[in-house]
Amino acid sequence: MLEITNLHASVGDKPILKGLTLSVPAGEIHAIMGPNGAGKSTLSNVLGGKPGYEVTAGSVTFRGEDLLALDPHERAAKGLFLGFQYPVEIPGVSNVQFLREALNSQRKARGEEPLSGGEFLKLAKDKAGLLKMDMEMLKRQVNVGFSGGEKKRAEMVQMGILDPAFAVLDETDSGLDIDALRIVGAGINSIMRSPDKAVLLITHYQRLLDVVAPDKVSILAGGRIVETGGPELALRLEAEGYDSVMA
Amino acid sequence: MTTATLPTRRDEAWRYADMDGLARLGVAALDQWQTVDVPAGTSVTRCLVVGSDAPELHRFRVTLGEGATAAFFVTNAGGDYTRVEVEVRLAKGAHFEFGGVTIGGANEQGGVTREFVTQVVHAEPEATSNQTVRAVHWAGATGNFLGEIKVARHAQKTDAAQDFKGLLLEAGASANAVPQLEIFADDVKCAHGATVGALDEAARFYMMARGLDPATAQRLLVQAFIGDAFVALEDEESRETLLDAALAALEGAKL
Repeated sequence: MLEITNLHASVGDKPILKGLTLSVPAGEIHAIMGPNGAGKSTLSNVLGGKPGYEVTAGSVTFRGEDLLALDPHERAAKGLFLGFQYPVEIPGVSNVQFLREALNSQRKARGEEPLSGGEFLKLAKDKAGLLKMDMEMLKRQVNVGFSGGEKKRAEMVQMGILDPAFAVLDETDSGLDIDALRIVGAGINSIMRSPDKAVLLITHYQRLLDVVAPDKVSILAGGRIVETGGPELALRLEAEGYDSVMA
Repeated sequence: MTTATLPTRRDEAWRYADMDGLARLGVAALDQWQTVDVPAGTSVTRCLVVGSDAPELHRFRVTLGEGATAAFFVTNAGGDYTRVEVEVRLAKGAHFEFGGVTIGGANEQGGVTREFVTQVVHAEPEATSNQTVRAVHWAGATGNFLGEIKVARHAQKTDAAQDFKGLLLEAGASANAVPQLEIFADDVKCAHGATVGALDEAARFYMMARGLDPATAQRLLVQAFIGDAFVALEDEESRETLLDAALAALEGAKL
């Protein structure tokens, strides 16, 4: 579903990704772990198309298409979801309005009929319930006044509503307490665990992987994937640290 | 008494005006004041959309009786030089509310100037006023807010506030805020604030990452930005009319 080949990317003049190759087929949840500064957030920003990240070599193919040729909103319409490490506050815009416009923009780009207000609210209510989020929160302004945990939970509600084929989740577990972590993990499982979907789960910690059992784990270091294995790789990292596992 | 000559930019109240636009309007326009008298204890709400292709000048002189309220809400999206002026005199315990949006880019001659000029005179004690102005411009256009607040010596317990925010969608556009406070009473609250900035790029990327096309993302952000100006307007239909007129002007703006 997602094929990254020899990807090189820079921020400003500084090369961050240096020949990253990774393949994530449909049905797979693939965890990316790695030390600080390895390029994990750069990878997710490049996949999302954030301005300021320059791809200098390599390719990314998503569902057979050149992902890097698309604008961020076109990537979303093709089924890519980027979960933000730091979800952005948008004062003056309610979650409901934001998500309905987002979903209908995506549907329009795919040649589908827009959802009516009533249909959308029903969908939103379903997905919010899944993440144990009150509908009242969805009527509030996007991420404004939300705690760190609430923002991450709201990201997952957004993912549920937009129903992407592929999610890149950048440290979705950071800032979560144990209960919230369980809810978010269960949300990822129920929304994305499917034979025709896939997830790239960027994380520092084993604790999210205890809830969302990944099929594969890769270590990103120095801008490249240096090792790929099964779930046991994450456990080894947790026990021994990056230095000894990568040595 | 009629006005014989056009003002110049040396007049403080015309400092950022488009003098060519004013000349096209002609000197006679300066004498066309609309008078609004609001008797004690009553209230008046006026909504105005300015949006023709010709220069426009709207001058209001508002007198508020004791405990009276006047609320003015304006979308100034003119295609040429447009200036809306409101002079207000408040008696004891009266309230004046002003919400204004200037929005737009250039016409065939270049960047257009759109402005609000208010003079709020707190002549007696315990009156309140609140002014919220938002300016959204691009393509070399200019948005101005010249707001004067005068508090008379015995007008104690006056509460006057003025808030201006400018959003410039591209380099070359400009916004000018000139708050002028003349306070002779000593027990008053007068607040004013002014900021000018560009569109929040982080918010724009976040919205695009969720599938909003650039124009829709910009429209939502601008709508949120200008919404403050019309918050105090209770009639939803009028509020929609003012917002729609402003957002219609946004079509064709720089993305």
